[in-house]
Amino acid sequence: MTQILDPLMIIALALNFVTLGVSRIRGVINAVALQGILLGILPLFVHPEIGVRGVLLVLVTICLKGIVIPRFLFHAMREVNIQHEVRPVVSYMSSILLGAVGTGLAMVFSYTLPLAEEHTNLLLVPASLSTVWTGFLMLTTRQKAIMQVLGYLLLENGIFLFSLLLLKAMPLLVEIGVLLDLFTAVFVMGIIIHHISREFASISTEHLTELKE
Amino acid sequence: MIYLLILFPLVMAGVMFAVPSNRWRPWLLPVGALGHLALVAAAIYRPGNGTALAGLDGWLLLDALGKVVLGFLTVLFFLCSLYAPGYLALRADRPNRVLCANLFAALSMMTLVTLSHHLGLMWVAMEATTLVSAPSIYFNHNARSLEATWKYLLIGSVGIALALLGTFFLAYASVKSVLESTLLLDQLIDVAPQLSPPWLHAAFVLLFIGYGTKMGLAPMHTWKPDAYGEAPGIVGTLLAGGVTSCAFLAILRIYQICIAGAEADFAREIMIFMGLLSMAVAAVFMARQRDFKRMLAYSSVEHMGILVLGVGIGGLAVYGALLHLINNGLTKGVLFLSAGNIHRAYGSKLTDNVCGAIHRVPISGAMFLAGFLAITGSPPFGPFVSEFTIVSAAIGSGQFLAGGLFLLLLGVVFIGMGATVLAVVQGDPPARTTDKGYHDTIATCAPVLFFMALVLLLGLYVPPPLESLLREATLLIEVKR
Repeated sequence: MTQILDPLMIIALALNFVTLGVSRIRGVINAVALQGILLGILPLFVHPEIGVRGVLLVLVTICLKGIVIPRFLFHAMREVNIQHEVRPVVSYMSSILLGAVGTGLAMVFSYTLPLAEEHTNLLLVPASLSTVWTGFLMLTTRQKAIMQVLGYLLLENGIFLFSLLLLKAMPLLVEIGVLLDLFTAVFVMGIIIHHISREFASISTEHLTELKE
Repeated sequence: MIYLLILFPLVMAGVMFAVPSNRWRPWLLPVGALGHLALVAAAIYRPGNGTALAGLDGWLLLDALGKVVLGFLTVLFFLCSLYAPGYLALRADRPNRVLCANLFAALSMMTLVTLSHHLGLMWVAMEATTLVSAPSIYFNHNARSLEATWKYLLIGSVGIALALLGTFFLAYASVKSVLESTLLLDQLIDVAPQLSPPWLHAAFVLLFIGYGTKMGLAPMHTWKPDAYGEAPGIVGTLLAGGVTSCAFLAILRIYQICIAGAEADFAREIMIFMGLLSMAVAAVFMARQRDFKRMLAYSSVEHMGILVLGVGIGGLAVYGALLHLINNGLTKGVLFLSAGNIHRAYGSKLTDNVCGAIHRVPISGAMFLAGFLAITGSPPFGPFVSEFTIVSAAIGSGQFLAGGLFLLLLGVVFIGMGATVLAVVQGDPPARTTDKGYHDTIATCAPVLFFMALVLLLGLYVPPPLESLLREATLLIEVKR
């Protein structure tokens, strides 16, 4: 199982760095979408025996994370007619370095975690923690609202990776519910982004500073 | 029956969306709210039936804790809905279709949280309340409310994502101990002693931070002043009373597992610390606060702190905390709605422009003052009883430091909040601010008076059925020694 799983995990980790280093928002959306598709097919390798339920989950995940949400974000970008550069607060180079440090720490930390016997040698847990870290990094160091949505998506991707360890515990209904909530969240955020761009003629959250003490 | 509790408000949300008239739509709010109130009353009393109301193979179950929160929610929603027609008639310029539909959708999701005995389902419902209440904050459609909505949505979603990770950690705690992995509350409580302690600790911390963000505990409270400050008073009441109580219930569910797993002391230390921290942060920001709606948000941060502090102190204080959940929510109804009226009358919510409210809007001004006295724990109002219970439990069990700090912070908050409230209520109305055309009417004042009457009632006398229900709920989250 690990022979197939580990290379896939490494691709997922590499995509984290792509999201931090690419300068076009389009590129970031594509990377997150690709990671979503990758995550979508993983259950088939982790739990080959789960049958129809698993296939359904795979289809829904790929549809939402790989196709619907990215399309919606592209649509939102066209709609608000924004500039296509990420323009981060922290430079691309520093972002990637921070991402690398986080990934390294995630690896070390995973070894100290009291994991169950069958999970100790999997890259799944470090990949999950590192993706969560990348999500937080993006949420805090990018000002454009759409990048913050992408950061939230990365965070959710990381949590999804962890959930693969317990696919048997999570009922399908709840998994679908989580995905549906994710989609609705992105949908509502998209609408708000639309309003932000209309109100301020930009989607940078640096304009959102009127409310403070 | 149990499905009806959830589906009825959802259907009402659909009806609201379908009704074309902006003028008549708000009148359906009290009708729907009354229906929900009746359903909940029937579900709680259920004469001659000893078994608990359940559904979906134990995923949904109405236990005593759920009854307390659900019963409180439906009363809160009903009184708010009485306020809606009068308020929305004043705001006839703004379309209210989305607001009305979302209020019912939020009620449905909050009901689902109170009924959930499956932690995954509870998470889905909790996240859904965030999503459906976000558009209500944007009701005023201006730059400030937009900023508030964005912060609420993003901070809320990220916080609740951490709660999801915590939920998974909790499920993993059973995998690690080679148990059948599950997220059903009752099964987790049964196997709690065998759960892997490190994973249970990590899960509690993540869930506490995640749902604590929704509750608005410091330092995860930053969305709160913005959201409560910009949202209409009715939405503020439902957020401060309803959504936060649901998040508190979610934390209590996890605490139930910690108790069963003999890890209660770990959880209690965190709750005492975070409770006092929230109170302290709120006290600091309430001092010299010029915006009286933001002040109410900090008051909400303070009272969320009191709730977790009460549970952390344990013993009788748990009863006090559950009673305080009701008292705080109802008093917030008085404060947010009367503050909304004052805001309407002056067209501003800054103390620079607002003074002499007692002269310009006598009922709202008086209720705002009375609400302030009630929320800061003055007798004879409800919060006095619940706060006193918490203090006496702290002193009685020898936790002098927590009890002493609690009293000290209550005093600081009283002074800080008092300065702002008195500036709003007293003095002569400024001549330069023109009359905005709002005057106290029955429609906008009666619901405030109803809230106040309940707060006063709970201060003088806790009805025996409520008392026994609270005792029953307390048993569920009491540490057995």
